[in-house]
Amino acid sequence: MMPLPLASLLTEPVGVAHYLVVGAVLFVCGALCMATKRNAIGVLLGIELVLNGANLNFIAFGSEYLRSESETIGLDGQLMSIFVITLAAAEAAVALAIALNFYNSFNTIDVDQADQLQG
Amino acid sequence: MQNVPTLLLIAWLLPLASFAVICIGYSIPQMLGMRVRYETQKYAAYIAIFAIVTGCLLSMTALFRHWLPAHPLTAAGHHSTEEHADEHTSASQSPFRLALMQVEGAESGASHAAEHNNDPPPYLSDDWYTLGQFGKLKLTIGYYIDTLTVLMFSMVTLIASCIHIYAVGYMHDELHDFTDHEVTLDDGQHLHRRGRFHRFFQYMSLFSFSMLGICISGNLAMTFVFWELVGICSYFLIGFYIERHSASTAANKAFIVNRVGDFGMLIGLMALWSTLGTFNFGDITYDDGTTQAGIFSQLHTEANDFALAPPEGMSQWTLFVVGVGIFCGCVGKSAQFPLHVWLPDAMEGPTPVSALVHSATMVAAGVFLVGRVYPIFSAEALLVIAVIGCITLFIAATIAITQNDIKRVLAYSTVSQLGFMMLALGLGGWVAGLFHLITHAFFKSLMFLCSGSVIHAAHTNDMTHMGGLRKKMPITAYTMLIGCLAIAGVGVPFLAGFSGFHSKDAIVEQALSHWHHNWTDGFSWALFIVPVFSAALTAFYMFRLWYMTFAGEPRDHHRYDHAHESPRVMTGPLVLLAVFAVCAGWGFPSWVRPGVLANFSVPNLLEQARPVGTLASKTGVFLSDLFIPNEHIAHAKEMFTPIKAPAGLAAIAAAILGIWLATEVYLWRRVSAGMARRLRPLYQLSWHKWWFDELYDFLFVRPTFAVSDFVARTLDRGIIDSFLHALAWLYRALSAVVSVVGDRWIIDNGVDTFAEKTWDLGLSLRSLQTGRLRQYVMFIVVCTIVLFVVASLWWSYAAAG
Repeated sequence: MMPLPLASLLTEPVGVAHYLVVGAVLFVCGALCMATKRNAIGVLLGIELVLNGANLNFIAFGSEYLRSESETIGLDGQLMSIFVITLAAAEAAVALAIALNFYNSFNTIDVDQADQLQG
Repeated sequence: MQNVPTLLLIAWLLPLASFAVICIGYSIPQMLGMRVRYETQKYAAYIAIFAIVTGCLLSMTALFRHWLPAHPLTAAGHHSTEEHADEHTSASQSPFRLALMQVEGAESGASHAAEHNNDPPPYLSDDWYTLGQFGKLKLTIGYYIDTLTVLMFSMVTLIASCIHIYAVGYMHDELHDFTDHEVTLDDGQHLHRRGRFHRFFQYMSLFSFSMLGICISGNLAMTFVFWELVGICSYFLIGFYIERHSASTAANKAFIVNRVGDFGMLIGLMALWSTLGTFNFGDITYDDGTTQAGIFSQLHTEANDFALAPPEGMSQWTLFVVGVGIFCGCVGKSAQFPLHVWLPDAMEGPTPVSALVHSATMVAAGVFLVGRVYPIFSAEALLVIAVIGCITLFIAATIAITQNDIKRVLAYSTVSQLGFMMLALGLGGWVAGLFHLITHAFFKSLMFLCSGSVIHAAHTNDMTHMGGLRKKMPITAYTMLIGCLAIAGVGVPFLAGFSGFHSKDAIVEQALSHWHHNWTDGFSWALFIVPVFSAALTAFYMFRLWYMTFAGEPRDHHRYDHAHESPRVMTGPLVLLAVFAVCAGWGFPSWVRPGVLANFSVPNLLEQARPVGTLASKTGVFLSDLFIPNEHIAHAKEMFTPIKAPAGLAAIAAAILGIWLATEVYLWRRVSAGMARRLRPLYQLSWHKWWFDELYDFLFVRPTFAVSDFVARTLDRGIIDSFLHALAWLYRALSAVVSVVGDRWIIDNGVDTFAEKTWDLGLSLRSLQTGRLRQYVMFIVVCTIVLFVVASLWWSYAAAG
C-alpha cells in the first residue's frame, strides 16, 4: 500500500506535527472565512480563527523538543500566544467599533459596500 | 597734601557723573522715543551745576587747605641765587652737586643772578589705572599734579561754574518748543522742533570733564585722549543748532582743522615715545620700589644741572621734531596761524559754549599743553612757537578791527590773545604766557557772556543794528567795559591795573628782553614791535565794539525798544567774573595773615609751578646766535631802565593810543571821507580776513574736491565700475548659458522624467486598489501561497545550512 502522506500521524503519539496540522487547518479555515464572508462579523470571526491558528503554531514551536535546554525558561511560545490573544482582543474591540459606526452610516455591515477607499 | 589727588579726582569725575546721569535720565529715554517733559529737563541744569560747583569748591579746598599750606609761596621774580642755593642744598645732599654749584658760582658770580637752572617743582605723580600694556608701551590713567594743575583746576571750574549758571538763563528758549528762524525748510516754513535744554548741559559737563582730564593727566597718552574728547565735545556744542547749515559746517570745520594739528602731535608723540620709552611727565615709584623716570627728568637730568640735554639715543633733531610736533597739536587746538580759521566759525554755537571754548577749555588746552611740556622744547622749537604766535596775534588783531558780528570780533580777539600767550611762551616767558592764559580766561569769558546778554536782548549778532544799549542794560554794559579795559591792559604803569595790564606787561617785557639780548639779528625787533602794535589794535577794536554796541544813538529803534537787561541768573556771573577780570593780576603782600595768602598771586603760584630746568636762558644748537633769555632778567633791578620801563610805557601807550583812536572814530566820529577812501585796501584786507578762507578754499578744499571728483568719476565710475560692470555682464551671460543648458535641459529634464514615471506607475497601480476587503484577503492568501511555492521550489536546505 502506498503510504499516505499523513497516515503516520494517525499512528504516532501526539507530537508537534499534530499541533501544526491543526493550526494549519484553523488558519486555512480562517482565511477562507475572511475571503468569503460578506458580513463584517463573519470576517472578524475569520480573523480570530487565523490568529488562533497562529497561536497553536507558537505553542507547538515552543515544545520542549525544539528548544535548547539552558537558554530559555520554556515559556516562549505560551508568552507569544498570550500577546497574540491580547492583541486579538484589542483588535476585535476596534473592529467591532468600526463595524458599528459603519452600520450607523450605511445601515449595513456588508463589507462589499465599504469600497470607498478604492484608488 | 596727600588729599590733593583725591580731591581733584572727585572734582574731575563729578562732571562725568553729571554727563552720565543726564545721558541715562534724559537722552536715552528721548532716543527711545519718550518725550521728556520740559519741567523735568530743567533738572538737568541743576545736576550739571551741582557737579561743576562742587568741583570748584573741591579744587579751591585742594588749593587753599592742602596745597598752599604744604608749599608756601615765596616772593616772585627775585629768586636770588642764595635762595636757590639753599633749596638745592636742602634738596640734594650730594657733595658732587655742591661742588658743581660752587664751581658754577665762581664762574658766573659776576654775571646775572639766576643763570643757573631750577629744580623740579613740587609735584605728585602716580598711576590710577592701567589701560593696557603692549610690549614696552604702557598706557595708563594717572595724574601729575603740580601748582599749575591745581591752579588750572580752580580757574576752569570757577569759570565753568559761572558759565553753567549763566546758561540756565541764556538757554531758556530751549525749555519749550523752539522755532529756529535761521532754518528755512523746503516748504518755506521755519524749522519747528522740541527744545533740547538737557542736551546742552550734558555736553557742557562732558566738556568740563575733558578739560579737567587734560589738566590732571599724568602722561601724554592720556592727555591725547582727553585732547580728542575736548575736540569732539566742541564738535557737539558748535553744532548744537545742527539744523543750521552754518552750524554743521562750522562744527565740521573745527573738527577737521583740529585733525590737521593732531596729526603733527601724533608724530611728536611717536618720536618722543620711541626715544624716551615713556609718556609720563613725572617720576613714578611703583609698589615694588622701582622708579620710572618721566619725560622731564630724562631730558633734564640732575647730573646735567637740570639743563635740557637729550639723553643717549636721542638727537637734537629728534628733540626738535618732538617739540614742533606737539606744538602742531597746540596750533590746531589753540587756533594759531595757519590753523586759526576754525575758531571764528565756532561762533555758531550758543554763546555760553563760545565763552567756555574761548576762555577755559578748548583753546586754553593748547596753551596749557605748551606750558605743561615746556621742558622738552629746545631753543629752536621755542623760536618756532614765538614766530607762529607773533604772526597769529598780528593777523587776528587786524581782522578783528572790521568785523561787525559782535561774537566774531571777540573770536578774533581770542585768537590774537592766544598768539600773545604763544609768543610769551616761545620767548621764554613761561610765567608770562600762562599768567595771560589765566587772566584772559576771566576777562574773555566775561566779555563773551556780556555779548551773549546783548544778543539775548537784541536778538542779533550784528553790531550795526545795536547802539546806545548802555541805557537799557547797564550791568551788561559796565561789566563789558571792565572786560574791555582788562583786555586793553589799562593800568597805572609800574603800580597796578586791570588783570590784563599785568599779564600783557609781563609779555611785552619778555619780548623786549628777547630783543635786547638778540640786538644784532635781523628780526627780533619784530617780536617786540608787532605785539605792541597789536596791543594798540586790541584796545582799538575792543572799544570799537563797546562804542558800537553800548554807546551813541540806537541804530535800530525796533531792536532798541525791545532790548532789556538780562535776568539775575545771567548778570550774577557777569559781576563775579568782572571782579576777577579786575583783580586776577593782583597779589597779596608777604606779611598777610592767614599764612596761605601771604605772597598769594597768580604769577607767584606759576613761579612755584615752573617746570624743571626752564629758568635758565637757552641758546640755540642749530642757530648758534639764538638766545632765549631767562624770564627773571626782565624783572631784575638793574634791568629797569633798559627793559622794564620802556616795555611798561610802550604797553600802556599802545593801550591808550588804541582807546583814543577808537573814541575818535566811533564815538566822536571824526574821520574824514578822504581818510576812509585811502584806507580802503587795508579795510578790504581786514574785512575779508586776509582771504584765508578763500586761500584755503583754493589751496586745499578745491584741490580735494578736484581730486575726489577725479577719483569718483574717472577711477571709481570710469575704471573700477566699468570693470565690475563688465564682470557682472560676463557672469550674467555665463549664468544664462548654465541656466538653459545645465539647469533646464539636464537637471529639470531628469527630475521631470522621474516624476512622470512615478506618476504613471501610481496610475497603473491604482486599479489594484479596489476597496473590496475580501479581494484583499484573497490577494494576501494567493500571494502567500505563491511565496511558499516559490520558496519551496528554490529553497535549498544545503544552502540554508
